[in-house]
Amino acid sequence: MSLFCKNTSTFKKGGVHPDENKITSEIATRAAALPKQVVLPLSQHIGAPAKPVVQKGDKVKVGTLIAEAGGFVSAPIFSSVSGTVVKVDTAWDASGYKRPAIYIDVEGDVWEDSIDRSEKLEKLSDHPELTSEEIVNRVRANGVVGMGGACFPTSIKLTPPPTAKATCVIINGVECEPYITADYRLMMEHPDEILVGVELLMKAVNVNEGYIGIETNKPKAIALLENKAKAYSNIKIVPLDCKYPQGGEKQLVDAVIHREVPAPPAIPVNVGAVVQNVGTAYAVYQAVMKNKPLFERYVTVTGKQLHAPGNFLVRMGTPFSQLIEACGGLPEGDNKILAGGPMMGKAVTTTDVTVVKGTNSVTVLTNTDAKRKEAQNCIRCGKCVSACPMGLEPYLLAQLSSLKDWERAEKEDIPSCIECGSCQFTCPAHRPLLDNIRMGKGTVMGIIRERAAAAKAAADAAKAKEEKK
Amino acid sequence: MYILIPVAVLGVIGLVAALILFFCSKKFAVKEDPRLGQVGEVLPQANCGGCGYPGCSGFAAACVKAAEKGSLEGLNCPTGGAAVMGQVSEILGLNAVASDPKVAVVRCNGSCENRPRTVAYDGMKTCKAMNACGAGETGCQFGCLGCGDCVVACQFDAIHINKETGLPEVDGDKCVACGACVKACPRMIIELRKKGKGKGMRLWVQCVNKEKGAVAKKSCAAACIACGMCEKVCQFDAVHVVNNVAYIDPEKCKMCRKCESVCPQNAIHSNGFPKPVEKKKLADLLPKPKPTETAGAEKTEGVGLALNKEVKSKIELEKTVQKEEPKAEKSKAKIDYSVTEDPILRKIRMENTQQS
Amino acid sequence: MANKLVVSLSPHAHGTDSVERNMYGVILALLPALIVSFCYFGLGSAVVCLTSVAACVFFEWAITRFILKREKTTVLDGSAILTGLLLGFNLPSNLPIWIILIGALVAIGVGKMTFGGLGNNPFNPALVGRAFLLVSFPAQMTSWPLIGQLGTYTDANTGATPLAIMKEAIKSGDASVLDKLPDATTMLLGNYSNGFGAGTIGEICGLALILGGCYLIWKKIITWHIPVSILLTVFVFSGCLHLANPIYANPIAELLSGGLLLGAIFMATDYVTSPMTHKGQLIYGVSIGLLTIVIRNWGAYPEGMSFAILIMNAFTPLINNYCKPKRFGEVPAKTKK
Repeated sequence: MSLFCKNTSTFKKGGVHPDENKITSEIATRAAALPKQVVLPLSQHIGAPAKPVVQKGDKVKVGTLIAEAGGFVSAPIFSSVSGTVVKVDTAWDASGYKRPAIYIDVEGDVWEDSIDRSEKLEKLSDHPELTSEEIVNRVRANGVVGMGGACFPTSIKLTPPPTAKATCVIINGVECEPYITADYRLMMEHPDEILVGVELLMKAVNVNEGYIGIETNKPKAIALLENKAKAYSNIKIVPLDCKYPQGGEKQLVDAVIHREVPAPPAIPVNVGAVVQNVGTAYAVYQAVMKNKPLFERYVTVTGKQLHAPGNFLVRMGTPFSQLIEACGGLPEGDNKILAGGPMMGKAVTTTDVTVVKGTNSVTVLTNTDAKRKEAQNCIRCGKCVSACPMGLEPYLLAQLSSLKDWERAEKEDIPSCIECGSCQFTCPAHRPLLDNIRMGKGTVMGIIRERAAAAKAAADAAKAKEEKK
Repeated sequence: MYILIPVAVLGVIGLVAALILFFCSKKFAVKEDPRLGQVGEVLPQANCGGCGYPGCSGFAAACVKAAEKGSLEGLNCPTGGAAVMGQVSEILGLNAVASDPKVAVVRCNGSCENRPRTVAYDGMKTCKAMNACGAGETGCQFGCLGCGDCVVACQFDAIHINKETGLPEVDGDKCVACGACVKACPRMIIELRKKGKGKGMRLWVQCVNKEKGAVAKKSCAAACIACGMCEKVCQFDAVHVVNNVAYIDPEKCKMCRKCESVCPQNAIHSNGFPKPVEKKKLADLLPKPKPTETAGAEKTEGVGLALNKEVKSKIELEKTVQKEEPKAEKSKAKIDYSVTEDPILRKIRMENTQQS
Repeated sequence: MANKLVVSLSPHAHGTDSVERNMYGVILALLPALIVSFCYFGLGSAVVCLTSVAACVFFEWAITRFILKREKTTVLDGSAILTGLLLGFNLPSNLPIWIILIGALVAIGVGKMTFGGLGNNPFNPALVGRAFLLVSFPAQMTSWPLIGQLGTYTDANTGATPLAIMKEAIKSGDASVLDKLPDATTMLLGNYSNGFGAGTIGEICGLALILGGCYLIWKKIITWHIPVSILLTVFVFSGCLHLANPIYANPIAELLSGGLLLGAIFMATDYVTSPMTHKGQLIYGVSIGLLTIVIRNWGAYPEGMSFAILIMNAFTPLINNYCKPKRFGEVPAKTKK
């Protein structure tokens, strides 16, 4: 390999390279205007929905706790504006369904006093009181979740199961999705904070190795962070080749430290890696050092047909419609509005959907761009097999799903699918491969859970019987 | 003399083979419940799978297994019907479970007219995929998606999408109530209800929208708005509004059709009654009011004219009692998130890849 | 509402790849060989290829329209044109039109549409057509016109191909027969002289075929696995035989003669009938190489390529079943223990 003098790496298996379309990459971030009303869904994260602690008529400030964590895997939610709680009702969210949410009418912009609003960079070395537990506690209390889209509560990721030992923290600055530039802008505008955030994350899991993986299509970010990281001996910037889905946890671990995470239920920490997004690192810095809860985030509002696409610092609960208006309004005709990028984003059914913790982008595609072509017969070209980053056979899984052969589908490792969409992207016959696989995966996972539950019940019954004897 | 040698050789080979066969038949014999065969004989052997088991032999095995637990409940051969199930239970030494014939009922009236399309779906044409994608093409997140998963699931050609309304329709004569469509529908719209006497007299609420009245009506002109008029008018305690949607208990319903006549949304549908005219008359009597709580109550009185005095007094009595109740229910519905959190959706979300 | 929002499940982007792009890409890659064949065979080549393409397209259209009664025709996806072109390439340039029509009907009707059209056929349709014609009309299918008779069609003068010489050498056990073989450059360019029949329309010029193959690999329409594994296997296997016994032709001659290059680059790489995984494709390629040499040297026919591909087509589902890609994070079986 040294023959080619390649100093970048990438994940080994599969992958595709969609058109990047990063049209907003050099547009500096602006703060989005405060909306008249914010709608804050109670489930902005994976796990149990948060429980509201405010009622109709309550006055809240920016950063006031409005809903507490509803379980172990859950996260609290904070008000992103100051004003009055109007109601707790259902609201459309990016899933396409109505879910419970808190409506707050905006009055002024008064922040909680506990939040440190100064620009001063706090360094870890100046805060010897920050132990691992303290960092994790502050992260938990401030409702930080993974900012890359999956929204897994960060505090849980920072407390790995006792069976696994973390050896390094990998920061995801890859942003392999087309269009999105929110993470890139964050890296360009707040590199110091991110690096301190990485240090905090490393301290939280007690490791001495930190990597920030950045794709080579962001040379400025790589140069900037490499320069800044000189002050941090144990943080390394890793330039990566451009390939989708490099931002997937497992692919990133493979690309950066060349270890493959085994099939589910194994998670990256089983091979020693704790993976976090750059946005999360920044949120962790703010939560720990500035005591600022997670109530605003970087959002890219983009689309080729928008008049003025851009990057915004947006309060949670701001409706998409307002962001799109700020970019010049929806183009004529039928549009597809995505919460997220074109590869993994969810198409929303109404522009009333609001920005939540996991919304990294609002992507507007015209229907001519996004329209699916009519599916043809599978020509068995095997391109999906080559494109699958998980080494699966998408054509087969899709076929088994549509034939409802769940047993065989499970044998062919359908639960390993990460739903990255590379197969469907590459399919020359325009087949809805991922639609089918996703349905099959859901069913198979259900069957596996049922079986596990049944096995557990049987074991419990046997145990109870034995105890009786 | 030469002939004897081959005969002897063949004889010996035959003997050895017979011994081996005899040994094998004893050693590897599979013990089978003799009742399995008997049950199998009375079954139609159509292997249609309508019972939900892999063919008739699978169903026979399930019957025998269930008989050991003492009840054939939940097992039904849709093709053979009550007669065959009677024979099966006789063989198994059980009392026949008297089950009324049932039929699938589609509980959604969100036709293209009633439910304006606000969103265009551009994906795989199955309800399951569309359901994972969101509320569907309309503003109603409970109603029919119209992609025909039920049609595909039906092995008896009994359910078809009506091209005008975009909704599935059940052919009562062909439907054997196997429940395949019920399982196939991701929105749990289809229900197996008693087929009913005569030409299939039955009465049901043609909506499953759990939204509050105003919201439901906004998304669909034919939605149940949970005004509770049906509940009030029913003499038999058969109609109840739970989670903002009315439900008629088929066990208690006596098919008086009063609820049908008062429903301001025409959300209660009937089938197989001899006089469809009746409804028309009552509809003429009652101009369609606004779906507010008070208008609903007023109209109940209007209905009262057409009802006998006994019912009327009962309604008035209940009105005073129930005036408080709906409010309590409403506030409860607000906090009861399990109602609005879609379980399927949640599952899909949980399984999504964790991209950090 | 006039303007609707559109929803679907992710992904919302699609690559530029399409069935049409692949099919027309292969057709484009076949053009150099087609042009060369026009130069060598003239009228005959034009008539055969045109008839074959037209007949295949017509049969595909007619079958989808009248027998399968499908509303949407699949004629425009280019697969029927490709099948027609490949069938034409596999025929001698003096074949009468009625035989070509039968071949096209068998290729499209029996080889492809009976199974449900493109993507469902277990065997390469063009080869099904050729194999049918070869066993039904052996005389017409094995008379090879000499090159350079541009104005002739069925009346062209014919001669023996290099493959026939090789077969003769093996039959007679006399290695000196092989001296009659043309040299490698001639075989590469296809400008046979001295009364040699050149073979089928498509296989004549090895250089044009290799050019097309490079184009396909460059455009990522095919991967290198199948052609390279076939050619390498043929080279090594025939090389061993040649060293062991000189009555077997030298490996270069084996590589450049007959339909080997055409088959390895264009026929064996057919998406539908070749394995999905690279590992499977290597097994498939090696097997085709071995079978070809076996049939050429010890079988009844002088050429084994088409039969080798058809035989391996039949094994493709089995190969797909056993050659799974390595799953991400999969622990090799050895360390598992």
